[in-house]
Amino acid sequence: MRGSALDRKLLRDLWHMRGQVLTLALIVASGVATYVTMVGAYLSVERAQQEHYTRYRFADVFAQLKRAPNRLAAELSSIPGVSVVETRVVVEVNLDIPRLNEPAVGRLVSIPEGREPGLNTLFLRRGRYIEPGHQDEVLASEAFSSANHLEVGDSIGAVINGRWERLRIVGIALSPEYVYEIRGAEVFPDNRRFGVLWMSREALGPLFNMEGGFNDLSLSLASGASEAEVLNRVDRLLEPYGGLGAYGRDDQVSHRFLTDEIAQDRITGILVPSIFLGIAAFLIHVVLSRLVSTQRNPIGLLKAFGYSDMAVAMHYLKFALATVLLGTALGVPLGIWLGRGLARMYQNFFRFPELSFAVGPSLIFWGIAISAGAACLGALLSLRGVIALPPAEAMRAESPPQFKTGIAERTGLAQLTSVSTRMILRNLERRPWKVALTVIGLSFAVAILIVGFYFFDAIDYLVQVQFRTAQRDDVTVTLSEPHEEQAKYDITHLTGVSHAEAFRIVPARLRFAHRSKRIALLGLPPDADLRRVVAQNLDVVPVPSEGLLLTAKLAELLDVRPGETVTVEVLEGERPVRQLVVISTVDEMIGLSAYMEISTLNRMMREGGSVSGAYLSVDSDKLPRLYSQLKQTPAVAGVAVREAMLESFYRTIAESLRISTLALNFFACLIAVGMVYNSARVSLSERGHELASLRVLGFNQREISFMLLGEQALLALVSIPVGFAIGYVFCAGLTAAMQTELYRMPLVVNAKTFATSVLIVAVAAIGTGALLYRRLYRLDLVAVLKTRE
Amino acid sequence: MRGPSAKGEWPGDLSKNDLSLMNSLLPSARIDAVFHMHDITKVYHMGDVAVHALRGVMLDLLPGEFVVILGPSGSGKSTLLNILGGLDVPSNGQVHYRDHNLTAASREELTRFRREHVGFVFQFYNLIPSLTALENAALVAEISENPLDPEECLRMVGLGDRLHHFPAQLSGGEQQRVAIARAVVKRPEVLLCDEPTGALDYTTGKLVLEVLDRINRELKTITAVITHNAAIAGMADRVIHISSGLIAEVRKNEKRVSPAELTW
Repeated sequence: MRGSALDRKLLRDLWHMRGQVLTLALIVASGVATYVTMVGAYLSVERAQQEHYTRYRFADVFAQLKRAPNRLAAELSSIPGVSVVETRVVVEVNLDIPRLNEPAVGRLVSIPEGREPGLNTLFLRRGRYIEPGHQDEVLASEAFSSANHLEVGDSIGAVINGRWERLRIVGIALSPEYVYEIRGAEVFPDNRRFGVLWMSREALGPLFNMEGGFNDLSLSLASGASEAEVLNRVDRLLEPYGGLGAYGRDDQVSHRFLTDEIAQDRITGILVPSIFLGIAAFLIHVVLSRLVSTQRNPIGLLKAFGYSDMAVAMHYLKFALATVLLGTALGVPLGIWLGRGLARMYQNFFRFPELSFAVGPSLIFWGIAISAGAACLGALLSLRGVIALPPAEAMRAESPPQFKTGIAERTGLAQLTSVSTRMILRNLERRPWKVALTVIGLSFAVAILIVGFYFFDAIDYLVQVQFRTAQRDDVTVTLSEPHEEQAKYDITHLTGVSHAEAFRIVPARLRFAHRSKRIALLGLPPDADLRRVVAQNLDVVPVPSEGLLLTAKLAELLDVRPGETVTVEVLEGERPVRQLVVISTVDEMIGLSAYMEISTLNRMMREGGSVSGAYLSVDSDKLPRLYSQLKQTPAVAGVAVREAMLESFYRTIAESLRISTLALNFFACLIAVGMVYNSARVSLSERGHELASLRVLGFNQREISFMLLGEQALLALVSIPVGFAIGYVFCAGLTAAMQTELYRMPLVVNAKTFATSVLIVAVAAIGTGALLYRRLYRLDLVAVLKTRE
Repeated sequence: MRGPSAKGEWPGDLSKNDLSLMNSLLPSARIDAVFHMHDITKVYHMGDVAVHALRGVMLDLLPGEFVVILGPSGSGKSTLLNILGGLDVPSNGQVHYRDHNLTAASREELTRFRREHVGFVFQFYNLIPSLTALENAALVAEISENPLDPEECLRMVGLGDRLHHFPAQLSGGEQQRVAIARAVVKRPEVLLCDEPTGALDYTTGKLVLEVLDRINRELKTITAVITHNAAIAGMADRVIHISSGLIAEVRKNEKRVSPAELTW
């Protein structure tokens, strides 16, 4: 049977070239694995999100207000397009958590007794729903309870209306509203110090003077309803009741983070595997081209025996496909394994009732199809030659390759370089395409590593600027309501406080032309030292005495430039509406902010010296006493401890980033090894004869190794700056892609990142070089005398 | 046909039956021999099969002589050349080059031996395609201690006008002459040529042989040519026939014929 004899040859060729086949397969495996992992993760999260939202009735519109009577709910329901209305009482209180020094903030969210909420229904992980009449029962969010090792049956203390209350956890719950559980405008979740607790409306209402009223609203839209229209109508209805402005899912923090994450995963899930598979395609082309040219004779013979061009071409195409098959056989399970790990990691940040990493057959099918496509593409160019080769010509040896004098001669370098160096230069010059592709492949390895490390650089820089240069307080205290200036002095006299700076924060809507944005107006003292506004280049930007200082991203969203006037609609107190000039902008990396001088803000609000809270500088050894004091101060709504927040951040997010970067870097190493090994291996098979004859002429192992590996080293050397450039462009692209309203990654790539990336590629290259050095040792010198290559 | 008695050309004082003894004394072990091979055997193991390529060869090479080694394929002549050239070591027996014992030499020692003393000319030239004729010769000159001028060598082989041509721009005969120039540039003691005309046509082949003859005469380089073309034998000082791993016959030419007068 003719097929089987050819197939046996195929198997032997594969075995003979196993080193190359394996490195190729590993690169294919990397591509398939990253594809399965990333696309699988993104699909899994997206599916979990959809299921969670649908099943637990995630609301479409949200609004907070001061207080409205319950009867307003009927009016809200009658807005055209509104489907379900759910009113709630939501308040934040200080908590005393066992084994936690600092006070934590609990967001108490009301739930009806005896029935499920109409929207944002809870999934009960453990325990039970609250029972009517038991006013101290709460359901704790899973993120919060697991961060604090709280279990069903545990109690926590809460300052409610100035009194210590004990809250008993009867269940652990999850809500579609808090998939990403984060407080207000913060960027990083701190699940130890912020958590959601669901409590009976009947219990919560009276405690906060909300009997017969509500201060939080969520509603769902009927299909086809206009969200903008509904937001408008809700705002008008809520305005008399201190409405802070209604918003849709796009501005709902948890949804926003989750959606941004999914969008980013989708981009990387396409980009990263494309790079791997592109490189695999190129390598398959190189290896196959070489195989074809060493097998001219057998090709001629097969054709002379009557095998069709197609049959011969298929034989070599199978070589490529077998490699891909091996790669996918390794890559799919690896991808599923990594994907499961990634899903587990996601569960630390995104809380779903169920997040299972499930890979459907279609994903695997596409993984294989895309890799096979890449292989075919790589093979196609090489196989054109096989098809075109007439049998008689195939059986003749290839004529010696054409060389010409080149760059060394033209530049006068020839006099300075040894003949063996000239050999290297000419070999490179003769194949500019191969050189270019090899350099690109190696550069990509460098670039991927740079991108991997860049995330650390960017986050370190962001933390450095935002949490060490701009925010320099030890503790931020937020009051439950604005207080007279006297409050600042009271705070100053708390234990251990060496310095305090008051701030005033006011919810407002900024309008410019037809654009508007809900933000927080932050009033700072003119000589602020604990909280400053700092640009990306670390310049401290002064807060203007009149007018506004805006985050550049906010100015961009409003399409407003310095010198222009925006309308400020305050959403608190007497709700004044003012025209203010934008004095300047600052390229902050976190959130959207508008800054004013505190006295100007007070004047605008027609209030005396009101403060919303203070930034404190505290003697570290007095912190525990300050904490316990703050825990018992009813006027304090929240306490943020900068170092604790940073520590929690580094422990969670940075750690997961480290793990995923590690995987990425491992794949980058595979590319580096695969590139160097294959490129050198092909050179060796092309020039083994030449090198062996030089050994016969008396050149030693070191000298011929220089000729072969010197060429590879030169390519690697050229790849480094190219890799730097590509890596930097990738980082710039990612920076641009990650310009969300929530945060902007700074384009900062440290020298250490460049150095580490080069080091890793260099180690991979040197290791590969050592492998080839051993192979050169085994060159068959005797065969050279007799064979014509 | 391997019995020496049939030819009857062995020196008379030796027993015609004692083949190995005869081999040991033929040619007579001279003190001034550059190469001295004593009772060389070489066994290759190919799987379970042991191939006896050489089975007790005795051979000396004398200063400046031109030797043609004749034999059919598989006779062991290439193995002999490989051992002479330091590409291989014998399984048994002794090889000496002057005061160097090549029998037990390490890879590094063999490399140094080749580098300093041996010039190789291959059937298929084996030039470096990325280097010009001059650079091919210069490449070897670079690793030699006292090389000839590469350009001079190329003139000697009649390629003074092709110095800057790449192998792909040269004919087969020209390539082989570059290979000879490259081999002699290091002033080797011995020039080993493996079927130097095997890939060439009649006219070019003769041209190459003329060059080898000239090199041998002018530089006094010991030249050993292995070939299965018996017609070449006429240009040698000595002709050695190898058959089945043994020296079957050694013939000394009274007068060396000029390569131009050879025909085949």
